[in-house]
Amino acid sequence: MMVRSLSIIFGFLALGDAVSYGLALPIPGNVIGMMLLTFSLCRGWVDLRSVKPAADLFVQNMAFFFVPPGVGLLLYLDLLSREWVPLVVAYVVSTVVVLGVVGWVTQKMERR
Amino acid sequence: MMGFFTSKAFSVFVTFFAFYVAQRIYQRFKFFWLNPVLLSILGLMAFLTLTGIPYEDYFQGGQIISFFLGPAVVALGVPLYVQMEEIRKRGRAIGVSMAVAAVVGVLSAAGTAALLGASLPVVASIAPKSVTTPIAMGIAEKIGGIPSLTAAIVIATGILGAVIGPGVLRLCGVRHPVAFGLAMGAASHGIGTARAVEEGEVQGAAGGLAICLNGIATAVVTPVLMKLIVLWVRP
Repeated sequence: MMVRSLSIIFGFLALGDAVSYGLALPIPGNVIGMMLLTFSLCRGWVDLRSVKPAADLFVQNMAFFFVPPGVGLLLYLDLLSREWVPLVVAYVVSTVVVLGVVGWVTQKMERR
Repeated sequence: MMGFFTSKAFSVFVTFFAFYVAQRIYQRFKFFWLNPVLLSILGLMAFLTLTGIPYEDYFQGGQIISFFLGPAVVALGVPLYVQMEEIRKRGRAIGVSMAVAAVVGVLSAAGTAALLGASLPVVASIAPKSVTTPIAMGIAEKIGGIPSLTAAIVIATGILGAVIGPGVLRLCGVRHPVAFGLAMGAASHGIGTARAVEEGEVQGAAGGLAICLNGIATAVVTPVLMKLIVLWVRP
């Protein structure tokens, strides 16, 4: 079951990459693969039970895959020590603003 | 001996081990600053610095783990499908909030950095900070940023959003599960979504949707917005 489900996920990833490269789109292959997978599930081309085992494994452990590139912050300690004020202020301000605005706008439109 | 510490297997092992320990600490104390991603990244940074293992050597093994970000993004298609009915009913609200998210995200990040006097490559690197790493790196490259710096900022944003997001949303009075998930996914991509998944299936699916839609919208609007910022802030 797991092997079938893994081949579906990697199949869509490869397909998404092929579409992204083939059409020279600015959108990366994994996002295209995700859209194609959702579309195929909606059309009934892919059965939910056949993808679920591997999909659950990936989704539930997604945070872990970010760790190695995160450690890469080490490479920018020099740049960060020079420009840390604008960087830190901009990223904190922007994160809070996006959270607030998106949450607020969505909830406002929901209540109408 | 150094050969052992710089082997791929060792890098993969320490990453798993650091994350396992971080998760145990988080589960034990449930204190939000002890986010397992943040803890394990800080732990590994300290470990590499103390042992003198170069990041390049560590990443030989590390990239085997981060490779799985690709299939993980594809796998988000599953919760997205499961929640399709829920999402369809709210098509308009979702469309509007994602367009707003892309514009506000880029303007607030790049605009603030530019106003505070950051150099142009740094401004371009921070512009796509709210979207998932592979999309953000692609955008940064297009607009003259430093893709690997973007990757680092994106992850820092993800951690910040995952840590403070639920609190900020509570303060803003956002209680609706779809609004919660969309905000977490739009502000802090996969790491925020991983946090939203903890709240429930609707929140997780909305987060996955936000990663996808906000990623596409940001890829479209960033080149234009960057031109405006460069014109206004630096004549």
